[in-house]
Amino acid sequence: MFPDQFLFGVEVMLNGLMAGVLYALVALGFVLIFKASGIFNYAQGVMALFGALTLVGIMDGQVPFAHLINSVFGTDVHHFGWHVPAFLSILLVMVVMVGLAWCVQHFIFRHLVGQEPIILFMATIGLAYFMEGFGDMMWNSEIKKLDIGIPQGGSMWIEEATSFLGGTNFYGFFIDKLEIVASLVAIVLVIVLVAFAQYTKQGRAMRAVADDHQAALSVGISLSFIWVLVWSLAGFVALVAGIMWGAKSGVQFSLSLIALKALPVLMLGGFTSIPGAIVGGLIVGVGEKLFEFLIGAPFLGGATENWFAYMLALVFLVFRPQGLFGEKIIERV
Amino acid sequence: MFYRESGDFSETYPADSQTFPIKFDRYRYYAVLVVAFLIIPFIINDYWANAILVPFLIYAIAAIGLNILVGYCGQVSLGTGGFMAVGAYACYKLMTTFPDVSIMFHILISGGITAAVVTLFGLPSLRIKGFYLAVATLAAQFFLVWLFNRVAWFYNYSASGQINAPDRTVFGHLVTGPNTDAWAKYMICLVFLTFAGIVARNLTRGSLGRKWSAIRDMDIAAEIIGVNPLSAKLSAFAISGFFIGISGALFFSVYLGAVEVGEAFGIQKSFLVLFMIIIGGLGSVFGSFAGAAFMVLLPVLLKNVLVGGLGWDTALAAHLEFVIVGALIIIFLIAEPHGLAQLWRVAKEKLRLWPFPH
Repeated sequence: MFPDQFLFGVEVMLNGLMAGVLYALVALGFVLIFKASGIFNYAQGVMALFGALTLVGIMDGQVPFAHLINSVFGTDVHHFGWHVPAFLSILLVMVVMVGLAWCVQHFIFRHLVGQEPIILFMATIGLAYFMEGFGDMMWNSEIKKLDIGIPQGGSMWIEEATSFLGGTNFYGFFIDKLEIVASLVAIVLVIVLVAFAQYTKQGRAMRAVADDHQAALSVGISLSFIWVLVWSLAGFVALVAGIMWGAKSGVQFSLSLIALKALPVLMLGGFTSIPGAIVGGLIVGVGEKLFEFLIGAPFLGGATENWFAYMLALVFLVFRPQGLFGEKIIERV
Repeated sequence: MFYRESGDFSETYPADSQTFPIKFDRYRYYAVLVVAFLIIPFIINDYWANAILVPFLIYAIAAIGLNILVGYCGQVSLGTGGFMAVGAYACYKLMTTFPDVSIMFHILISGGITAAVVTLFGLPSLRIKGFYLAVATLAAQFFLVWLFNRVAWFYNYSASGQINAPDRTVFGHLVTGPNTDAWAKYMICLVFLTFAGIVARNLTRGSLGRKWSAIRDMDIAAEIIGVNPLSAKLSAFAISGFFIGISGALFFSVYLGAVEVGEAFGIQKSFLVLFMIIIGGLGSVFGSFAGAAFMVLLPVLLKNVLVGGLGWDTALAAHLEFVIVGALIIIFLIAEPHGLAQLWRVAKEKLRLWPFPH
């Protein structure tokens, strides 16, 4: 009995690791924007939703604002009737994300330079609401299937290869192929981002802005360009997260709620650290699954995943306010 | 011409430091009270009570509570929905456990219980600040909703997991339950709102309010000039929690009557109240009223115009509402960070000089 329980625990942990990778993916977008502009972007999750919605919309050839057009003009349009290949659609969505980044910078945050961080935070909540309504109006709010050819379902190979570990009740570890792909994509994405930040000219400029706005400005770095760049990068990361979550559970409103899960991830890892976002994501992913498995489901009536991450972050913050890898917070009068 | 201070002399200190030192403001305030207490109850009907006035009054109490915390003391909270749920469930337990005690006391005690819970969740504010704290209050939001969903004791082991308000009376008039008259619902909310407004207004302009403002503007500096951050922050959490608890209790017992916690007190409610105070005006009691009125009226108006007038789909109107609310938040933060309250102040300044601007 005991070894089986233990193996189930390991399986839960592995699944938690995979979920954690996805949380980390969303958290990464937060860190990028926060480091470069000091904006805590609540809209990150909605950006993921918006990216995924747009991707599905373009792939299926939906008419944007079809619902609105039909209501105003009394027409009945819904699809263009073509199907765009996945790769091309992703490129198009990336263009849309850059456009979005430019709009956000140009219409919102350019006017809020020098405001208190908390005002900026509330502005991003407004942005999140706006984009949620806008995305739904553009592509309507039905739950959509996103299929760009990522393999799905449990991996038989891993199941068979590991089934010898346990007794008769144990059939090997069940791990979704999609989650393996997601983890690989996340790892690649992190490597690319780190390489971009370390070795390219724009990446260096980005780090300079993150260090000190005024000093960066004085050596001739354009702040508004860097901010658009950073928002675009965050948009790409959001798109990747949106694709992964969308492929897993359909493109729907609850996608934007994963952003909320990314908040405790950030608090654990520290707002300014990319490794922190990843480690935090893994801790939260494993922690909430294991807690649910060991304590939540047997003793507390289940569904503890809703709040475990927040409580963990809350308790953690009381002892270490800057997070695991965050810079020490120094306050002066 | 009409709004002026000339000839309005304060001869004593109390006269100078009263809430409305200008005579015109004072009479306007009395006029509003007279209309609210003596005229509206006689002309109110069910539609106006349920769609506009009762939610407005209840949300205004919540907004005053949150404004004390966010607007005056600078501690951002995203847990309002969960805290309202504490008020609602406390009220339900009290109503069913002590059926003979007046519901007025139940609502006040629910406020007190909520204050205790909010203070508990406010403890981390001594260590963490800004949006770190905002995220910490999210912990309260999700934890409390889960708690009321899962622990059957809170909903008296009812099969549906819902809580239903039993019939209760004040001075022989039914105020809760499905058979309540519109005016009775309106009056009980109005009484609590008036109480909350007067208390909040006087607290915020007294020494406690000055301490809160000092903490908001810079807590380290405030500490140096002798404000105790522990007592100032926790008192803001407690008083804010008291009002939010009252509004949650009223929201459940008087307005909805039956509540399912995830639906009525989810994270959306937290944002709704936060939007009220951003649009209405951070750090202003009048702003809480204005913001609550705005956010209650906007969906009703949009629904009447778009669905009723233009014949649009309700889903589409709901999406458009999201777009408009989001855009308004951003526009207000950019153009007028002090919200409708500041517009009101500017209008009053203009009126003082009108029609001779020089």
